Parts: sequence; C-alpha cells; structure tokens
Amino acid sequence: MAAIIEVRNLHKRYRDTVAVEDVSLSVQAGEIFGILGPNGAGKSTTVECIAGIRAPDRGSITVTGIDPLRDRRAATERVGVQLQSGQLPERLQVAEALALYSSFYPEPADWRELMDSLGLAGKAKTRYGKLSGGQKQRLSIALALAGNPRVAILDELTTGLDPQARRDTWSLIENVRARGVTIVLVTHFMEEAERLCDRIALIDAGRVVTVDTPAGLTARAGVEQRFEFRPSAAFADELLTGLPEVSRVERRGDLVVVAGADGALSAVTTVLAQHGVAVRQLRVSQTSLEDAFVTITQSVAKEQS
Amino acid sequence: MSLVVAEMKLSVRDKVGPLWGVAFPLILLIILGNVPTMRQPEEANGGLSTFEIYVPVLILFNLAMLALIALPTTLAGYRETGVLRRMQTTPVGPARVLGAQLVANLAIAVVAAAVFLTVARLGFGVHLPENPAGFAIGWLLVAGALIAIGLLVTALAPRRGVATAVGTVLYFPMMFFAGLWVPVTQMPPLLRDISQATPLGAGIQAFQQAYEGSLPSARPVLILLAYAVVCTAAAIRWFRWE
Repeated sequence: MAAIIEVRNLHKRYRDTVAVEDVSLSVQAGEIFGILGPNGAGKSTTVECIAGIRAPDRGSITVTGIDPLRDRRAATERVGVQLQSGQLPERLQVAEALALYSSFYPEPADWRELMDSLGLAGKAKTRYGKLSGGQKQRLSIALALAGNPRVAILDELTTGLDPQARRDTWSLIENVRARGVTIVLVTHFMEEAERLCDRIALIDAGRVVTVDTPAGLTARAGVEQRFEFRPSAAFADELLTGLPEVSRVERRGDLVVVAGADGALSAVTTVLAQHGVAVRQLRVSQTSLEDAFVTITQSVAKEQS
Repeated sequence: MSLVVAEMKLSVRDKVGPLWGVAFPLILLIILGNVPTMRQPEEANGGLSTFEIYVPVLILFNLAMLALIALPTTLAGYRETGVLRRMQTTPVGPARVLGAQLVANLAIAVVAAAVFLTVARLGFGVHLPENPAGFAIGWLLVAGALIAIGLLVTALAPRRGVATAVGTVLYFPMMFFAGLWVPVTQMPPLLRDISQATPLGAGIQAFQQAYEGSLPSARPVLILLAYAVVCTAAAIRWFRWE
C-alpha cells in the first residue's frame, strides 16, 4: 500500500529550543498510526507541521500527495484535525457548530449522522461552554470529521477524560477507521497506543526512536517475562535457578517470583511437577508497551552518550 | 455567509453589544426625549435642543461600544481560546472569522442607527439629517476609524481581559470628546479643538454638517481617514492569529 503521509527530515525550532530535531515518518493509507512519546518530545509540533499550520524550518512533508503548507485549500479539505489547543466560541451550540463546520467543506459528511454516532444528539442545543470534557472532546472529533477527510489527525484525544469516556472514545476511533479514514493519533498513554494503533512511532527529544507494531516494540525491547505463584510444597531455589530460561528467583513470604526468558514458565512448572510441587495462584505479568518504551528510549540514550 | 449568521447569533448571545451598544443608548434616548428642558431650543447649541444634539451622539455611543469593546473582546477571546487556531485547519481560515465578526457588528450598528433615528423622528419629532448621503458617509468613516482602532487593540492586547480593559479606557475619553457629557458646542475652545482631532469628535462634526445639509468637510474626513489607515496598517503589522 502506498504511503498517504510522508515526512522527511523534519526540523523545527522555536527561538532557542529545538522542538523537532529530525523526524521522518511514513504512514500507510487506512492505518491507525500512533505517535508516542513523553511531554515535550516534539509530537504536537510534528503533527502541526503535517496539518500545515506550522512551517517547518527544514524537511519535506507530503499528505495525500500534496504539500500541506503550500496547497492549503486542498490540505484542509483532505485532512481533518483535532488540536490540543483548538476550541470553539463558548456560546456556540453543538448542532450549530457541526452545521457551520460542514458548510466549510465542498463534500461534507452528514453532520446529523456524525452527531448521532458520537452520542451528541441529546446535546444538540447545548452550548460548547456547558459541555463536559468528554463531550467537548467528542464534538472536537466530530468537527475533525465534518469535511469527510481522508486523514484525521487527533492530538491528545483522551487527555483529561475519565476511564469510561476514554474507552468510549477508543471504540469511536475504531469506527472512524472502519470508514476508511487514516488516523494519526498523538498520545502519551501507552494503553491507548497499544489498544488502537497498527504501528507506533516512538518520539523522544525531537527524534524518531523507532517505528514498529505494538507487539513488535514489546518483543524488540526484550523485556523479561515475569510470573509469581504459591507452591503447594517447599522446594529449593536451586531447582529453578538451575534452569537455563530462568534468570532470577525471589521469595516474598510464601510467594515465589520468577523472571526469565520466553519459555521460563513452562520450564518451571515442568520441573516443579517432577518434584511433586503444584503451582498455585499463578500470575503472569505481560511485558507492557510502557516497559518497552522505557527500555528502548534508555538504550538509545546510552548509545548516544 | 453561514459564518456571519453564526457570529451574529453569538454577538446577540454575548449581550455586550446588544445590551450596552443598542438597548442602553436607546433607553437613554427615550429618557432624554421625555425630559422637557432637553427639548427646548438653546441659543448655545445654535438653536437646536439638547435632545437633538444627543441623537447623533448616541449613534456614536453605539458604534464605539461595538467597535472598541465588543469587537476586541470577542476577537482577543477567540485568539486566547484557540478558536482562530482551530479555523486555520479548515478551508475557510481565520481571516474569514474576523471578517464575519466585522460584518456582524456593522450589521447590528446599521440597524441600531436606523432605529435611533426612527425613534427620534417618530417619537419626538426630531428632524432627520438634511443631507442623508453626508450622514451615511460620516457614519461609514467613523465606523472605519473605530473598527481600525478596535482591531489595533485586538492586535496588541495579549489576552481577552486586557483587550476589554484597553477598549473601555479608550471608550470613555473618546465619548467625552463626542459630547456625551457636555455638548461639543458648549466646550471651551481648547477642548473643542482637541475634540475635533479625536475620531468621535470628528465624527460628530461630520454628523452636524450632515444635519445642516452639507457633505462632511475636508477636515473631519481627513482625520477619520487618517485614523482608519494608520490603525489598520498598525493592526495588520502586529496582528497574531494565535
């Protein structure tokens, strides 16, 4: 599949601070592409350049084959944007905002349908200033989709939402993608990126650290598998530390905590079973994207220093 | 067009323009019209009654309230909360929001001026300007000058609150020189000279000339044009969308 967004060697500085050092990305049509990184990593600046509302100092960007800065009109028609800082007039009502925004585009989406699918129908006559954080966020997503865009850029879309509203928003994003819209999602929530994204770019200090699938990132980080259990009978630690897959055994009261490579779990249960010890209350902790993120950014930082 | 309609609705909901810019001067007009001494022709006013002098002053009251306070407050607020920035990502762009704000305020001001003149004419028998074209030209020039000043305030004020404060601080002395408290004709010569150099003072001069049947003379026209051109240029120079 062809790339719908192509960013090459993007560089942007504000006075003395470099926001984006060197970012290159390519986003495939139809995917949910995550941009993940700590605060101040340059995520927002990158997507603002992609949206064409910030001029990069160096580098080239094409979105749906056009330069979003030079070809403003076409870019605004094809790219829907939900900004971290963009708002609406306090006294504008939900339905008015949607009707107004769809009047800006040559081939708008049906805004009533958008309003329904985003669960805002009951708020049609409510003023923007009176909406809750989650409702504002949903309206903001609806407005980003008002022009039937091919690409939607969503910046920090669930920041400040309660867990339920966050989950609702996630299923919403999946529905949007199902309509064939390519989504660029900026986030600093690992859980969000893991749940939604097909591929993720890790950005740190203005550079792309790596681009991979969520599973690929966790595997690449090579973080150990960890599990804990209560044995049915006493046994010597050497039984486990002698296994090649196991790197560490710890005891916390009657709880045994084991860390090791893939396959450690089956090796441990097998050897214990041979000695007549049953494994009870087993808990396996999966390596999370968060662990992967920390491991990958730290190893890159070490290489550079 | 839909933007203009939206901005008008918002202005009406905002209440600053309609309440202080339209309803308040209208009520003032009706109250003053009901004070008998206000209706007496006065020698000091060149044979006009004080009430007759107040009709154009209140039209300026309305224009100044919209251009110096309502407009900068709204636009600076839009900038502060990211409304203009959000518009940058649409095909319409933030400049049209600004344009729609101007058109919405101008439309409210035209309606207000027409209502004031009609109420004064039908309610209290005040003569309409002898030279309607001259009056319209004067009104447009004042509107141009005041909007330019309002946009300059918007450009320079860092926040919505500051824009409102600066607009209000400009508003009262300017209304003084329009003759809101003391009619310009009764001011001492020095104050009258200063008055004629201010936008509203020049405006009231142009209105008076129109009432007397002539087109505005060169001096108020040039003064108003100068304010409009200089302030617009400065506003463009310093305007920020975010």
